[in-house]
Order: sequence, then C-alpha cells, then structure tokens
Amino acid sequence: MALNTMKEGHDGSGLGLVLKDLGGEFEKFKGLPILSGIASSKGLRDLENYMYAQGFEEIHMWQPDIDDSAPEPETGRRDHYFAKVYELPQLYRDRPRKEQEELLLDARLALRALGEDEESLFVFSFYPDAVTLKEVGDPLELGRFFRLEDGSLQAKIVLAQGRQNTNYDIYLYACHPFFLQGYCTMTNGENTAFVPITEFLTSRGFPGYMGYNSDSEVFAHILHYTHRQLGYPLTYYKDVITPLSEQEIDLRADGEALRLIRRSLRPLCIDGPNCVIGFTPDGTAFMVQDAKKLRPGVAGGVPGKYALVSEECGLDEAVPDRDKTQDFSPMKYDMAIIPPGAGELIRWNQLHTK
Amino acid sequence: MDPATRLDQNHELSLKEFPYIIRWRDDRCTRCGRCTAVCPVSAIEAAPHVHRRVFSEGTVPSPKAQREIVHVVRQVTDIDRYCTGCGSCTLVCPNEAIEPEYNPRHKFLTYKNRGGVPFRRGGRRNDPAPSTIDQLKFTRISMLTDPALDAGRHEFRIRTLLGRNLPPEQLPLKARGGRLVVSKSGGFIPPVREIYPIRIGSMSIGALSPHMWEGLAMGVAYLNEVEGMPVVMCTGEGGIPPRLLKSRFAKYFILQIASGYFGWDEIVHAIPEMSEDPAAIEIKYGQGAKPGDGGLLMAYKVLKLIARIRGVPEFVDLASPPTHQTKYSIEEAVAKMIQSMSMAWGFRVPVYPKISGTKTAMAVLNNLARNPYAGALCIDGEDGGTGAAYNVSMDKMGHPIASNIRDCYLDLVAQGKQNELPLIAAGGMGKTGNLAANAAAMIMLGASAVDTGKYIMQAAAWCFGDERNRCNLCNTGRCPRGITTQDPKLYRRLDPDRVAERVVEVFKAADVELRKIFAPLGRSTELPIGMSDALGAADSEIAERLQISHVV
Repeated sequence: MALNTMKEGHDGSGLGLVLKDLGGEFEKFKGLPILSGIASSKGLRDLENYMYAQGFEEIHMWQPDIDDSAPEPETGRRDHYFAKVYELPQLYRDRPRKEQEELLLDARLALRALGEDEESLFVFSFYPDAVTLKEVGDPLELGRFFRLEDGSLQAKIVLAQGRQNTNYDIYLYACHPFFLQGYCTMTNGENTAFVPITEFLTSRGFPGYMGYNSDSEVFAHILHYTHRQLGYPLTYYKDVITPLSEQEIDLRADGEALRLIRRSLRPLCIDGPNCVIGFTPDGTAFMVQDAKKLRPGVAGGVPGKYALVSEECGLDEAVPDRDKTQDFSPMKYDMAIIPPGAGELIRWNQLHTK
Repeated sequence: MDPATRLDQNHELSLKEFPYIIRWRDDRCTRCGRCTAVCPVSAIEAAPHVHRRVFSEGTVPSPKAQREIVHVVRQVTDIDRYCTGCGSCTLVCPNEAIEPEYNPRHKFLTYKNRGGVPFRRGGRRNDPAPSTIDQLKFTRISMLTDPALDAGRHEFRIRTLLGRNLPPEQLPLKARGGRLVVSKSGGFIPPVREIYPIRIGSMSIGALSPHMWEGLAMGVAYLNEVEGMPVVMCTGEGGIPPRLLKSRFAKYFILQIASGYFGWDEIVHAIPEMSEDPAAIEIKYGQGAKPGDGGLLMAYKVLKLIARIRGVPEFVDLASPPTHQTKYSIEEAVAKMIQSMSMAWGFRVPVYPKISGTKTAMAVLNNLARNPYAGALCIDGEDGGTGAAYNVSMDKMGHPIASNIRDCYLDLVAQGKQNELPLIAAGGMGKTGNLAANAAAMIMLGASAVDTGKYIMQAAAWCFGDERNRCNLCNTGRCPRGITTQDPKLYRRLDPDRVAERVVEVFKAADVELRKIFAPLGRSTELPIGMSDALGAADSEIAERLQISHVV
C-alpha cells in the first residue's frame, strides 16, 4: 500500500523499502538481527563464509517469492534477495546493547566492503526488527515482482520510496531510505551543504558514517549522530539541521543549550530544499522540512494509523477515512512526530517551547 | 668629446630610471603653484627656464629671436624625492596640466638604497597580477534540482563565529524531560562571538591618523547599532583611546597585543572601568606583509596623542621586536600568553593568535588545536598591507593565503576539528576590488572570516596606493590623503564622517554581493564554510593544489 500511495508522484525509477516493527514470519524473531541485502551466488557464498567465521548463526531466511510473470527489475534479476535472521555470536549474547550494535555495524561494513567492488553483494541493514528491500525499476511492478502483497512481510512502520537516486548514475547504495543502527530516513530534495556535512560526519570517528553515495544519506546520519551519539531528544534534530537565529533562540526556555548546539553543530545546518521523513529505533516517526525552500510534505491519519507523505493524494490513498481538517503540513519551524504506537500526531514547533 | 658639463652629470639619474614621470603641459599651466605645494615628496618644483623665442612682427616675415625666462614645473632626479605617482598634483590642478605617468621600464630599486639603507615603504606587495583567490570562480549554481535562493528577498544570515566551539561530544548538556539543559558543573565553555564574516583588520592608531581611525570606528559602530551588522575591527598594536575602551562601544573592537605591548599598560589599568568586554583579543605574532618583522612607528608620527595612548615618550621610534621577547615555545609561552589574556577578562573574551602566512602554519595550527583556550587562528597572507616595512619583506617574503588556509582547513577536517578552531584569512582581500568575492572564496576554502585592511583604506578613505608602488608613503608620515599621518595639516584633509559613511557603504555593498554569491549556491542560514565543491579554477595547478574543480 505504501507503494500505491506514491503512484501519483513517483518517477518510476526504483523501490526502496524499510520495514520496522515486523509481523508475519519475522514476528517470532524480535530482538534478533536481520541482515537484508542482495547478492550474486558468489556474493552469498562470501557472506555466508564471513558470517560463519564471525560466529553468527543463521536461524531463518526470508526470500521473496518472486512472481515470474511480473517484469524483471531494470538491471536484471539478481541471484538472491534475502533477509536473514541471525543469532549473535556466543560471546556477544550477554554484552551491552551498544556493543552488540557495534558488532552488527562492523559486520555490515565488512560485508559491504567484500562485495562493493564487484557488486556481488549489497547489504542494506543489519539490525533487529528491520528489513530493507531495494531494487531498480518501476516500484509497483517491483512490488508485484517481489509479491509484496502476499503477506510474508508485515510491519507497523513502513518507509517507502518510489524511486532511485535521481541526480547521478543509479546505484543501489544511493537509494533511499538510508538505515543506520535503527535510525532511518528518506528525503525529498537536494542537499546544498553536502560537502561540509560529509566532512564533519566522517571526521567524527564513527565507522558507520561512510558511503555517501547520495547527498541525502547524511540526513540519516545526522539523526543518528544527534539522537544516539549525542543523546539529544528527537526534536533537537530539527534544531540542528535548521538552527534558529540568535534572536529566536532567546524565545526558547532551553536557549542556553540551544546556543551551544547551534555553534558546535554549525556544519550540520542544511539549507534545503529538503523534506525528511524518518524513524528512530524506538519506533517514533517524524517529518521535518528545511527552513526555506521546502518540499511538499503532509502528515495525517487516525489514531493507530498515520501517514507521512510527500503529497496529499498519497495520504488519501493511505488513510482515506481521516479528518482532513487535521492534516498537517510541517513548515519552516515545524516537526510532525508520531510516537511509538501511532496513537497521535504531535505538532512540534521550534519557537514555542517556553 | 663631451663637454665638461655633461661629464659632471654622469653620476646623476635620468628621469627614465624613475617609476613615475611627470607629464606637465606648459600651455595649460597657470603657474598657480598648487601642485608643487601639495607634492608630498617634493618631486616637482618650480624652476626657471631660459627659452629662445623666435617671432615676427609686421606684414613681411622678419624673424627675430628673443631670450625669455619662463617658469616651469620640473621633476627632480633626486632618488630621495622620486615621484611616487600619487597624483596629488593632478587632483589639485585647476587646469589638467599635470599628471604622473607610470614608467614600466624604470630601474627604481636598482638605485633606491642610498646610504646603505634599503628601500622602505608602506603599502603591500608590488605585484599587480591577480592573486589566486581572484582566479577562483563560483561554479556551482543551483537551479532545478536545488532551487536557487533570491538574494533580494530571502532571509540571509551572514554571520560567523569568533571563538572556540566545543566539539559536540564535550558540550555539558543533559537531557531532562525531553529538553536539554546546560549542566553547571560541565567545565569551561569558551567564549564565542557571533560577528560579520568580514572584519576590519588590525591597523593601529599611530599608523593611522586620528581622523582615519575615528572614521573607521564610527563606521563600525554605525554598522552595529543602526544597520544591525556585527562588524568588528581590530585596534592593531597601538592601544585604543581610553574613553572608547571604557564606553559601550568597546565590544566592537578586537584589542591587539603585539611584541611591543604598546598601549597595554593603559588597557590593563582601564579593565576595571570597562563596561563591556572587547570583541576579542588578538595576539600578533606575525604580519603577512612583513613576515619576521615587528611593527614600526617612526618617531615623527609619535605625537602627543599617540604617545599618551601608547604610554611612551613623544618623538621616539617605536619599533616592536620581531617576536615576543617572552616567547620561548608555542607549547609553553604562547599557551601562557593566551591563558593570561583570557584570564584578564575572566575567560569571557576569545583570545587568538595572528601569524603571517607561512609554510609552518600547520605546526602552529596543531598546537592551537590542542589548546582549549585558543579561540581561532588568523593567518595573514603575503598580500597583506603595512604602514612601514622593508620593500624586500613586502615584495619577496610571505606565503599566499589561499593554499595556507586550505591546508589548515583540511588538516582540521582530518582531525574533526574544522568547527572547533575558526580560521581567519587575511592579506589581499579585495586586492582588485572584489572584497565580497574574495571573502566568499576564502570561506569556501575553509575560512570562517576574513580581514580587510588596505582595501578599506582605499575604499573608505581614497588611499592612492596600488601594486605599482603608487604613493605607498605610509611610513613617511606624509600621506597625502591624511590616512597614515600624524600631521594635522595633512589629516585635516580627511573628514572622519565621510570615512565612516564610506565604511558603511562598503560593508552594505559587500553584504549584497555576498548574498548574490551565496544565493545561487543555495546557502543562506550558515556560511558556506568549506563548501569547496562550489569553487572552480581555470588554472589546473590552482585547482589541484586547492582540491577544487578544474573548469575550462
């Protein structure tokens, strides 16, 4: 359905899907990491060898039940599309969560390095309770190709992008959404400050801040950096990417902290045009805009079912029976937040937090 | 064989050796004498010439010759009174009868060392070729994928930070109830000022005339208080008028301390009476125009006012040593100096060193990067200006600013400290009149701010100086514009109000130009610091060296 919401607007170049809070056949594996990717036969062998050597124990594998009657992806059908559930290596099972996350990240980066040159292996995410699927081609046809409607993949939070990266050669690692340790974003727009932001992130000394095949990947990493690494509450993501002016900061009760953040995180300011949709590991979903050029973005729904979409027609498709007067298009200072469980839509404004 | 009179002139110079040759028109000259009176170096003088005039009267040609004594304006061939090309004569001539003309084949430097004293002057490097920064273009123009901004109507925040920014990991913040609070026991938070990214670089009272300095200071105050542009200005090494220091305007000034410590006894004693903290403290270790040299104020510029402000006797040469005499090492003495200056204002004022552009800049940078009290690093490139220096220092010594700043910025990036320690680029900003473009290019190479000195003198006070050694009399105290002189007869020519007005005009114009540059790049909220993907150069070596795109 998420893909259907985009049939009005997508340019038909690709499919990017991140599913979180999984149901269906993944339901019983809550808490266990899932490795999502695409591989050639050689790539899959390399992957299995690596995972075995690291002590990961594969306990389940999901593969799409491919519909042979559907058109193939533009770049041809790959040998393997997979989401594998693993048990952590024995040594790590009782380690703190941070260490486990580190291990998962290291493994994903190592696998990426293994297959990147030959394009024999793409790994998009390796994290508990999250599955990523990416491919090149018409998103609806790809949906049919993967038989996404068959119910084997079910999730409460779905991030779906109906196209590939647009400005450069199409490349799977440049395809939205971008996922890092439970943080995930996708973006409509272009990032003017890509170079200084990338330089700042890569110089943080965190191995996951790499790739940057798309200028939008930094939005996921800024979210990860501010929320996970620095421990800021989610709303400060907005304050980091679109900092208030000195005068506006005075209006805020937390102005003192905000001023420090604005200075120390100056290189992470974006100038748009960007509409960022994403979620955090606890299952909070949000939508924010840049402060000036703005891309379309609207949030709406009913308690229990909310959608954050680029265009209103998508919202109509996703939640037709909602009170449209309550639809919310976040502007310059706004952030639309849907807390875990999707019980409500919170309208947060940068200026009003006395 | 030459007559004896010719041989007697054998050791004299001909006018062809001189950099500027006076073109004087007998037919236009009214002999008013203004040009000879105004010439700051007495390069021209009234002289009698004997002319033989042939004339004829009556209806039938009957030529007769007559000798007459006429007065002419003559250029002297004394190398110490060489025409500097300032053009004051042209300016005062009511009849367009006189003009200095540049002589590209001059051999001036060959002879300008009489008495064993090398040529000394003011100004900056005599090299009219466009500098590297003038060869950089802004080649990334947002259009369709990323719409450009409207320089005229969108909100732009053209501001920068002066002072050390803590790395985010070290901010003493705690999340409490979904809100961040500053933990009071979180340790030292360095002071940071939000300022305009173009600053007026260090030029001292003493080097500058009272009218010039006052004009700059008034312009800066107006920009801050009326235009809302937080432009700051550095005092240079020469103190600051005590009344200004104690006023609310002190916050617009960066106090410079240099190796002579001139003016600092007065400043230190005034601290308890200060109502505002200064914008920052600049510790001058070097100057781009004359690397390795200290400041120099000639005795005849040390009048009563200057002597009082600097805390020295009148009419003595004020030579600052080339280095701080207390300086032992950067790890120890420089760190101590930064800490002492910080302590003087209760650690509320950013303190940073200024060095001349040099190959060793990165060593300095890395020491400062590890010093939690260092607020910035200002690097002054070879195109910087000075009031007095040896020509050889200005022309042949120093380091271009572009690669110096770029190397330092990339070094900081490699360490993840690019936002911690702001780099300030000086030296040659606005060399060819493109102040905003030069500033923007330096910012995209990694500078947080730029300083301008000589350009502001030219733009705001009509300074004659250029890169063909025009005028450059700053060191002599005979500045024909009244900018760098302490002679009231000369500086009363300069109206401080008009200087202030020009300062405001210059900054407002530069602000519009910066928006014009930033808008098509799609940058408006923060400066495009390090946004090197927006820069290009047609010269492949420049592009490669600065790691920007090569465009042809």
